[in-house]
Amino acid sequence: MTTDGRKVFASGNEAVALGVRLARPHVIAAYPITPQTTVVERLAEMAEDGSLRCEYMHVESEHSALSAMMGASAIGARTFTATSSQGLLYMAECLHYASGGRFPIVMMNANRALALPWSIYGDQRDSLSQLDCGWIQVYVEDAQEALDMIIQAYVVAEHPRVLTPVMVNLDGFVLTHTYELVEVPTQQAVDEFLPSFQTTNKMDLAAPTNMGFTAMPADYMEFKFQQHRAMLDAAEIIAETDRAFGKKFGRPYGGLADGYRSDDADFILLTLGSVTGTARVVVDQLRAEGHKVGLVKIRFMRPFPAAELAFLTRKAKAVGVLEKNISPGYEGTVFTNVNSAFLNAGRLPLVLNFVAGLGGRDISKADIAQMFEQLAAGVKDVPNDRVIFVNLQVDTYEQSDAKTNHGEEPQPARVLLRP
Amino acid sequence: MPKPITAKNLNPREFFYGHKACGGCGGSVAVRLALKVLGERTFTAVPAGCMSSVGFIYPQLAFGSNAIISTFPGTASMLSGIAAGARALGLQDYHVVGFAGDGGTADIGIQALSGAIDRHDRIIYICYNNEAYMNTGVQKSGLTPFGARTTTTPAVGQTRGTLTNKKNMFEIVAAHGIDYAATASVGYPQDYLAKVNKAKSVAGTSYIHVFAPCPTGWGAASDLSIELAKEVVDCGLWYLAEYHNAEFRLNRNPKAFTSIQSYLTKQARFRHLVQKDFESIAKERDRQWEHIRKTWAHSSQAGL
Amino acid sequence: MNRPKLQPFSRPKHIDGFPIGTCFDAGHLVDTNAGWRTETPELNPGLCTGCLLCYLLCPDGVIFQVDSQLAIDYDFCKGCGICAHECKAKAIVMQKVEL
Repeated sequence: MTTDGRKVFASGNEAVALGVRLARPHVIAAYPITPQTTVVERLAEMAEDGSLRCEYMHVESEHSALSAMMGASAIGARTFTATSSQGLLYMAECLHYASGGRFPIVMMNANRALALPWSIYGDQRDSLSQLDCGWIQVYVEDAQEALDMIIQAYVVAEHPRVLTPVMVNLDGFVLTHTYELVEVPTQQAVDEFLPSFQTTNKMDLAAPTNMGFTAMPADYMEFKFQQHRAMLDAAEIIAETDRAFGKKFGRPYGGLADGYRSDDADFILLTLGSVTGTARVVVDQLRAEGHKVGLVKIRFMRPFPAAELAFLTRKAKAVGVLEKNISPGYEGTVFTNVNSAFLNAGRLPLVLNFVAGLGGRDISKADIAQMFEQLAAGVKDVPNDRVIFVNLQVDTYEQSDAKTNHGEEPQPARVLLRP
Repeated sequence: MPKPITAKNLNPREFFYGHKACGGCGGSVAVRLALKVLGERTFTAVPAGCMSSVGFIYPQLAFGSNAIISTFPGTASMLSGIAAGARALGLQDYHVVGFAGDGGTADIGIQALSGAIDRHDRIIYICYNNEAYMNTGVQKSGLTPFGARTTTTPAVGQTRGTLTNKKNMFEIVAAHGIDYAATASVGYPQDYLAKVNKAKSVAGTSYIHVFAPCPTGWGAASDLSIELAKEVVDCGLWYLAEYHNAEFRLNRNPKAFTSIQSYLTKQARFRHLVQKDFESIAKERDRQWEHIRKTWAHSSQAGL
Repeated sequence: MNRPKLQPFSRPKHIDGFPIGTCFDAGHLVDTNAGWRTETPELNPGLCTGCLLCYLLCPDGVIFQVDSQLAIDYDFCKGCGICAHECKAKAIVMQKVEL
């Protein structure tokens, strides 16, 4: 029985905690940061009531959280921790350490805006700024997917061809703190799906090893190549695991990227995380009005679904990349990754970057509908700037200095960015 | 009471061998001896610093028992994780030990050390104190003594070199209510062995601060390391003590101190000092010893 | 064997031969430190009292017991001179190495 029919009313964070308990980690490190706190709080309750049998560590910082999990993983224990924004960045050195050390740690990250300015609200700059740290990164759409992906994350991470840590991202507040009905698999079904953690990448009293060593210039690149190759192999394992999960639990998620009404769409929006849910509704509305629109949900940012995205959008006239992220001075990182994928596939449709939702700004159905309009308009009249900040509540035209204007009235010089 | 450890009954196996430390390295004496006391069933973590740099250069791996390099700030947290994992996996009869230098203990590593002590994790944390950031080329650390020349306190002109005193790590960990703490020196090896041996049996966190001369960084001949490590205790600039059951205990109380000047001038890093510097150093030593002698109990035997 | 021995080692030609995740055998030595020496310790067994202080204090652990005598592993002795300096019986003398 994969389910005893039990559905619980759970928030995204609570669903993560339920998934973690089912995955049977040996050690959990807990350091609080908004909006992740309810994950570690629920896990503390479970550890105290005995329903979760693990070593629960109160660590003194996020750097220590991941450092401790590497220590536990290095002797063969299954581990879990959770963080967000400032905490993710505080442990940044450890992110690279864990991936280079090939420790299959699973970590939940509550996507939240990075200071400065300070904000506790959700955006995706925290994890997207760490795309190069060597972790597998998945972005979930709802609480059910959050629970399910915690379980799948361990299967993927611990696979001998992968041995790479996995970051499970949930949008801060809009997903971490909102409630939905979630089906909880039985422990027995999860035990059948996720075997116990076995590895040779560890210290062992029976066969001692030295770990975390230095590699000289003569050898270092080979270790990085190995890591790179494992991440490429992970794409296959992720797809396999998704199919197997779908078969056993009845919920397949479509692998690295999943299209919705995208097959014959003229205009496609690529989405990341919970905004996908809103976008689905808009796609249905516009379709009902006769517009051929669709979306592709990018589930994994690493490994990047380059081939999948090129294929799923192959018939589209224009593609929009919607991300809660900007790399200041250039463009959104997802946009950069998508363009590279299209170029490598020999495809050059119009691609626009919709930078939205920074610092928790709401993304409405109307905003998304306008994105599709802009894609349609853009095909006819390609905009100068393809990086579009959505819903800025201020004028942004350049204002010239009245003094240097020789007493003339200041004129708006040019429209920098579309408000 | 644990059986006394001597050179004769020490585990004959070498667990730190073939490393690339400088000839005469005090730190490697500290690591080598501790690992012999702890034995085969040991998990060791060493942060970025001398002991990791010289011991783990693939494919030359000098640790004969299980060992891992931790991040620079993360020794104590990695040790805590190893201890938690070992408990969760039901491992039996093992030790978890870390060897960190000045920076990895008193500066960048102090947060993790504080947390580990707070959790009473069953780990042994050994600080090998060579009084500077030696691995990166002799820069001042939180455990560099007053008057020492380092590359970031180069004693140019009238500056005396390092202008601050060493952080009092022994009393800092004691203030945490640590289960067991000790100060030691490779110049008093028997005392050090006894303290590592004591730490084995502590059902909580142990901290051992072992004085470990660095001939390269101090500007002293490589054969003087043990002599300097003894003289620093004899002249009172270092002390041998323990903290256990919430009580401080002095293991060695010299009736008279040997000459501070003799100790300091053997090392190039102190040769710029003049008479008034020796006097102020002696004054600070006396102030510290007045406090020690007034408040700490005395015991001539370590490891009780 | 109380000390790790030198291992024959040839660099893997294929990526699959590389260790995964910076994890490899403990105590794996491929090269010696003998070339560091400018002085070599010579032990005189006639003067040795068997106190084992040199064995205890060697930073590299190269002094070891064979039956009731002491020997030195010259592959890994760096010639630091601590043994000679600390020996109370003056049983060890540092000799200059012919370069």
